[in-house]
Amino acid sequence: MIEVQNLSKCFQNGNECIWAIKNVSFHVNRGEIFGIIGLSGAGKSTLIRCLNRLEEPTQGKIIIDGVDITALDKRELRAKRKDIGMIFQHFNLLSQKTTYENIALPLELAGLGKKEINSRVNELLEYVGLRDKRNAYPSQLSGGQKQRVAIARALANNPKILLSDEATSALDPKTTKSILELLNRIRNELGLTIVMITHQIEVVKDICDRVAIMENGEIVEINTVEELFRRPKSKTAKAFISSLKSDVQEEFVIPEEFNGRVVRLSFWGDNAKKPIVSHMIKKFNIDVNILSGNISQLMSTSAGYLIVELVGEDGEIQAAIDYLKSQDVDVEVM
Amino acid sequence: MLELIIPSLLQTVYMVFFSTVFSLLLGFPMGVLLVITEKGGIWEKPTLYRILDGIINVLRSFPFLILMVLLFPLSRLIVGKTIGTTATIVPLSVAAAPFVARVIETSLKEVDKGVIEFGQSIGATVPQIIFKILIPEAMPSLIMGVTLTIVNLIGYSAMAGAIGGGGLGDLAIRYGLYRFQTDVMVVSVVVIVILVQGVQFLGNKLASRINKK
Ligand SMILES: Nc1ncnc2c1ncn2[C@@H]1O[C@H](COP(=O)(O)OP(=O)(O)O)[C@@H](O)[C@H]1O
Ligand SMILES: [Mg+2]
Repeated sequence: MIEVQNLSKCFQNGNECIWAIKNVSFHVNRGEIFGIIGLSGAGKSTLIRCLNRLEEPTQGKIIIDGVDITALDKRELRAKRKDIGMIFQHFNLLSQKTTYENIALPLELAGLGKKEINSRVNELLEYVGLRDKRNAYPSQLSGGQKQRVAIARALANNPKILLSDEATSALDPKTTKSILELLNRIRNELGLTIVMITHQIEVVKDICDRVAIMENGEIVEINTVEELFRRPKSKTAKAFISSLKSDVQEEFVIPEEFNGRVVRLSFWGDNAKKPIVSHMIKKFNIDVNILSGNISQLMSTSAGYLIVELVGEDGEIQAAIDYLKSQDVDVEVM
Repeated sequence: MLELIIPSLLQTVYMVFFSTVFSLLLGFPMGVLLVITEKGGIWEKPTLYRILDGIINVLRSFPFLILMVLLFPLSRLIVGKTIGTTATIVPLSVAAAPFVARVIETSLKEVDKGVIEFGQSIGATVPQIIFKILIPEAMPSLIMGVTLTIVNLIGYSAMAGAIGGGGLGDLAIRYGLYRFQTDVMVVSVVVIVILVQGVQFLGNKLASRINKK
């Protein structure tokens, strides 16, 4: 759906070039919610703004639905942009226009008639749950409601892709959840492909299928969310995940302090819900001492880890570990 | 007294009204052009911006009375004479136009960059962004700008009176300065003050009434 090849962007500062994006490549599948996470200043906004050329890429190609959008002229680009909706951190609603007028604007600009506009706006108001706010001005809406208006407005012309630049960053956690649910519904029901920029790992965990980790203008890791939580590769990813964990006990488990063998078990998907450890204790002649653990609910599945001390004969311990591996549990001897 | 004040007031209103209309016709497009052609604008044209910016600065640095005299030939060309209320509308409009351009520029620049970006993100053309986003969003501030322009033109028109423009300024000078009828001068000045206050009050009211922010 979206294919980004060797994309670079430099901001000219006098004679100097500041590279905000450095040779980035990735692809986004149709119907996918693709996250891009990174700390502030990593280049996320610049990257997503290159996708609809609000920012002109310096080098590289961006192919959307088979069309290289970096090669389009102004008129072609404007036409293409109607296929790509965008929502923003600060909503960017027109302050002098009502909810209705805000949602109607893209339709008006696209040249639709009054009647068509009316029925489409009503449909969209219904979809985002704002029918009773039809005549309210943005200043009379809460943050979550404003973002719903912005989402309805972005959907007005039936885009195929939705770009979201920190759409939930200005919202409280509860409102964030409800907006994420709406976005997920849009993907499932309307089949949109969504690219989400965020600095919040919670957002990635709750809604994304795959994620790119960005640091200093580069993508340091691209992973499925499941795999990211199970086995983060990059330091940045690990830092993000550990920031999510309510308990940071893992850091304080020092294997040398225990007599038995200390292992870290990672679960994901269905096996996070099965009583695998309990089976292991019954099956083998060992004792299990739980030292630390955490299970997170991901979008469609669960992932978690458990740090345990296995006490018993070496042979039994090895057999138990083999059993865990046979159950698709990741075992790491610490 | 009233027979003196009323016709002069009407002349002032006439001059101010038409010079407001014409200075807006001249200055509004210039203000819009300044905003869209500047660096980072939606229709970036650095050279055009610099030329426009320069012209406006030069025009604004002329003292109004000198500009008026310099524009006598233009008044003669358009109206056929250089003296009188109708003739005065020409220099008033030209003098106020660069001021209007700056006022409009300032108002439009206050519009949140985010909504312009939204316009670009849905593939809006430059005229669409100007007329459907920029101007509606700036409306309360534009009304304040027009109010300021009218207030300024009331002042200018009074000055124009000194060189044969008619209106309340003319009346005040003719009776106050040349005939020592201080009462006529005082009443003229009071009427001008009331006019200015009234316009400012109405402008403020209208701007805050339509502002939904
Ligand atoms: N218009 C610009 N001009 C110059 N530098 C910019 C501009 N926009 C962004 N940058 C720089 O590019 C880098 C990435 O910025 P940004 O994409 O906004 O990061 P993020 O969205 O991840 O916080 C930053 O160092 C920022 O200062
Ligand atoms: Mg950003």
